[in-house]
Amino acid sequence: MWKSNTIFNHFKSTLNFSLLSSRRFASTIAQNPSTFNSIPHANQVIDFPGGTVKFIPEMRFISESSQERIPCYRVLDDDGQPLANNFVQVSEDVAVRMYNNMVTLQIMDTIFYEVQRQGRISFYATTIGEEAINIASAAALTMDDVIFPQYREPGPLLWRGFTLQEIANQCFSNKYDNGKGRQMPIHYGSNKHNYFTVASTVATQIPHAVGAAYSIKMDKKDACSITYFGDGGSSEGDFHAALNFAAVMEAPVIFLCRNNGWAISTPTSDQFRSDGVVVKGQAYGVCSIRVDGNDALAIYSAVQAAREMAINEERPVLIEALTYRVGHHSTSDDSTKYRPTNEIEWWRLARDPVARFRKWIERNGWWNDMAESELRNSLRQELLHSIQVAENLEKPPIADIFNDVYDVPPSSLREQEQWVKDTVKNHPLDYPENISA
Amino acid sequence: MERDPRVCVMGEDVGHYGGSYKVTKGLAEKYGDLRVLDTPIAENSFTGMGIGAAMTGLRPIVEGMNMGFLLLAFNQISNNCGMLHYTSGGQFTIPIVIRGPGGVGRQLGAEHSQRLESYFQSIPGIQMVACSTPYNAKGLMKAAIRSENPVILFEHVLLYNLKERIPDEEYVLSLEEAEMVRPGEHVTILTYSRMRYHVMQAAKTLVNKGYDPEVIDIRSLKPFDLYTIGCSVKKTHRVLIVEECMRTGGIGASLTAAITENFHDYLDAPIVCLSSQDVPTPYAGTLEEWTVVQPAQIVTAVEQLCQ
Repeated sequence: MWKSNTIFNHFKSTLNFSLLSSRRFASTIAQNPSTFNSIPHANQVIDFPGGTVKFIPEMRFISESSQERIPCYRVLDDDGQPLANNFVQVSEDVAVRMYNNMVTLQIMDTIFYEVQRQGRISFYATTIGEEAINIASAAALTMDDVIFPQYREPGPLLWRGFTLQEIANQCFSNKYDNGKGRQMPIHYGSNKHNYFTVASTVATQIPHAVGAAYSIKMDKKDACSITYFGDGGSSEGDFHAALNFAAVMEAPVIFLCRNNGWAISTPTSDQFRSDGVVVKGQAYGVCSIRVDGNDALAIYSAVQAAREMAINEERPVLIEALTYRVGHHSTSDDSTKYRPTNEIEWWRLARDPVARFRKWIERNGWWNDMAESELRNSLRQELLHSIQVAENLEKPPIADIFNDVYDVPPSSLREQEQWVKDTVKNHPLDYPENISA
Repeated sequence: MERDPRVCVMGEDVGHYGGSYKVTKGLAEKYGDLRVLDTPIAENSFTGMGIGAAMTGLRPIVEGMNMGFLLLAFNQISNNCGMLHYTSGGQFTIPIVIRGPGGVGRQLGAEHSQRLESYFQSIPGIQMVACSTPYNAKGLMKAAIRSENPVILFEHVLLYNLKERIPDEEYVLSLEEAEMVRPGEHVTILTYSRMRYHVMQAAKTLVNKGYDPEVIDIRSLKPFDLYTIGCSVKKTHRVLIVEECMRTGGIGASLTAAITENFHDYLDAPIVCLSSQDVPTPYAGTLEEWTVVQPAQIVTAVEQLCQ
């Protein structure tokens, strides 16, 4: 019995559509009747846009989750011992530099948190528990790779040479802040370091990274873009559309999700019901990997491999780094109100990424107790000094309220500026002293 | 696009299809699928993409298939496009152009008949211009592309078929200047986009009745060209604003406030503002017509103003 085939045009089922007009024209040509083929009933296929699809007479629903969770790549065990010998080797210089930066981040966070508690800055958010993600990912990139952070990733800035004084200046919004005092603390940005200014809006940076990758692709640069976001951020619409775009456009971008278990007080079980974020990659045609976020070497290897794939193969890569947000969401949060203290303590002590990496470098003979105490002491001193300097510097001038809204202030803004200056001049006692007019 | 390889276009169906109103027709064939990029349907995200591309050296033009769809992109336009230059301390510029067809068309339904200039006008850091003729469309588009600031260019769904002889050579108009359409002595009529044509139609009637209206197409919606407007007000002492925006919170409302604040002493009568009513635009043809300011209403308003 003839089983008439549906009338679809048969074209090469390659998933490697390059962006040529002629290719795309082909996809919109009206379908022509094809010849009847004599494939037996059980093996009939249909040519849909995207490739050949087999028909089956069984009604098979795909399960919402696979039997096993996607496994997680790690190099070092909890005790800092390599599990295998096939990991990307890191030189002593790089390893020690990585460790130094991780410790810097840890101490910086601890001290600045206290400074906020003392009322000297209005706000702070720590990255405690996520130092490996912060530093190791930056170490695997080059200075030409552009970074689009969420707000829990000051590590790459430190790695790239942003000083503790510059950090302090931003947190105290003084006149040397390169953001000119316009953003909240921890909303760093530095074009010199290819680190784009943090915006408080969640996940808006993800499509920015795709746009930057598009720009890099047009310029044919040997670079990629990378964007960081949390488990919560992956729920925003921008995440999904950005992954989709990046796949369609074959853009060299790395999506690095810090799945740290909590979005303020929302645990991941209330955020999504998929097997984390890594499985979402395949849904958009993006290759992905799950990595132990507290293992500096695993992060380093994965990001380096992802970077090569992104640039050489012109494709996006999704990395889900499993970790834990040891600190509160920010200084406006007390996480003991919604999660057990022993959970926090366990991650803080038993799974500290800094301690784990320290064990590895010490075993290699690259570090010791004396170096540790020297480092911590000198960092503390440097930090306290930077904070003191930053605190006593003048705030940015009034003109900075009105500059940079546009490239050149329009007359309306100049008028408004004059009004403010006149008001401050006429009522000096009503305004703080450390503002210059 | 020919002059500057960094200029690129992104939006839904802009490439292969040439755009919903054929504004980008032929560009994909000429410049390729990457520079004229067809995006998936996610306005907030492709606007975000445009912002990211702009911050890393390109000069993207993001098209909203209809301006109304850009409501979905409000987050990126307000929080990032408008703000990032400022919040980064001037480190990152966003030389993006966001454009698309808007305004009330012919029975396109409420969702496709919106006046986004009302909603966007408060966003700090962006500039807004509205073109109304082939001549100013070319000049304003070039100016917008070359500007270092993010610019929103409002086109009108009913004005795409206008034909006019325009210079072949390059010219760039100012993004902050209004256009004197018809000089006059009796009354200043301020308008923009499609309403310019209703005003000019009313002007013919008014001239026959012995009036001498001065018609100015304000073109720059943010910031207003208060210099040109002010000179006119000082001459005629009467102002009529004719807009397509709704009564509440539209461009007319802001313009009324700006003129009153700056030129109060020169006014012989309160400013009259003719706008659309605060209703979603109905589909039925007659109903739709009544929500838009018609020439007859403009004539009546001028007559009353000049009493």
